[in-house]
Amino acid sequence: MNPVATPFFFYMLAGLAVISGVLVITRRNAVHSALALIVTLLSVAGLYLMLYAPFVAGVQIIVYAGGIMVLFLFVIMLVNIERSSKERRFNRMWPVGLAAACTLLALFVSAFAKGKALFPDRMMSLPESSNTQQIAAMLYGDAGKMGPYTFAFEVASLLLLAAILGAVIMTKKKI
Amino acid sequence: MVPITTLHYLVVAAALFVLGVIGVLTRRNVVIVLMSIELILNAVNLNLVAFSRMWGNLHGQVFAIFVTVDAAAEAAVGLGILIAFFRNKETINVDEIDLLKW
Repeated sequence: MNPVATPFFFYMLAGLAVISGVLVITRRNAVHSALALIVTLLSVAGLYLMLYAPFVAGVQIIVYAGGIMVLFLFVIMLVNIERSSKERRFNRMWPVGLAAACTLLALFVSAFAKGKALFPDRMMSLPESSNTQQIAAMLYGDAGKMGPYTFAFEVASLLLLAAILGAVIMTKKKI
Repeated sequence: MVPITTLHYLVVAAALFVLGVIGVLTRRNVVIVLMSIELILNAVNLNLVAFSRMWGNLHGQVFAIFVTVDAAAEAAVGLGILIAFFRNKETINVDEIDLLKW
């Protein structure tokens, strides 16, 4: 299925993502930041759909917008936001940080302007109906053979186990 | 109208990345610093998926899933550290996180 009105949706989603990204780093109240971050994550999920990646878009919505952001909101409710919302938002070195970030942006812009010819104009169209199936074949292997990322997948599960243990131990009062 | 190419997606990802860097370097609230790190990881994911489409294979999308796993692990541990810190010092200010042990 060919996407319709691609430029319109691209500019809408990209603008939404960047505007709410600005809101994330400028709001005084952490809950407002979290809500803006959810909007950013959903727009990026829309961009994934436009890039023929429906499975990654679903993971983005379920894991990021569903899991990680709920975790963030719970922690915001656990810690005291009354005090921090009255304090200064930015630290004293913010001009230096802003200058460093602008330098990074200038670096990106010059790299993209110089290397424009390196990126081919063609965009492959990936089969989207079998996308999940193909990703599963790469992660879990196909027809009894290990896929190219099966080992990395197992390591990722160990990483998650370590993260769970770390989070539980870290938040316990007495070990 | 100009057709949307890989470069368009890379520019959006660069903008999100720079926003995340600004948030990490300038904000004082640790929760918002962690959210800025999520912004940075999302920019990386967008790059990976855009390159995946440019080359017409799925390696970039698999890597994007691994980056998401990393982000979940990082958020869980980071917020755990934040709660432990808040219990000891009653603040979530980056400027006051300056002791490793006391």
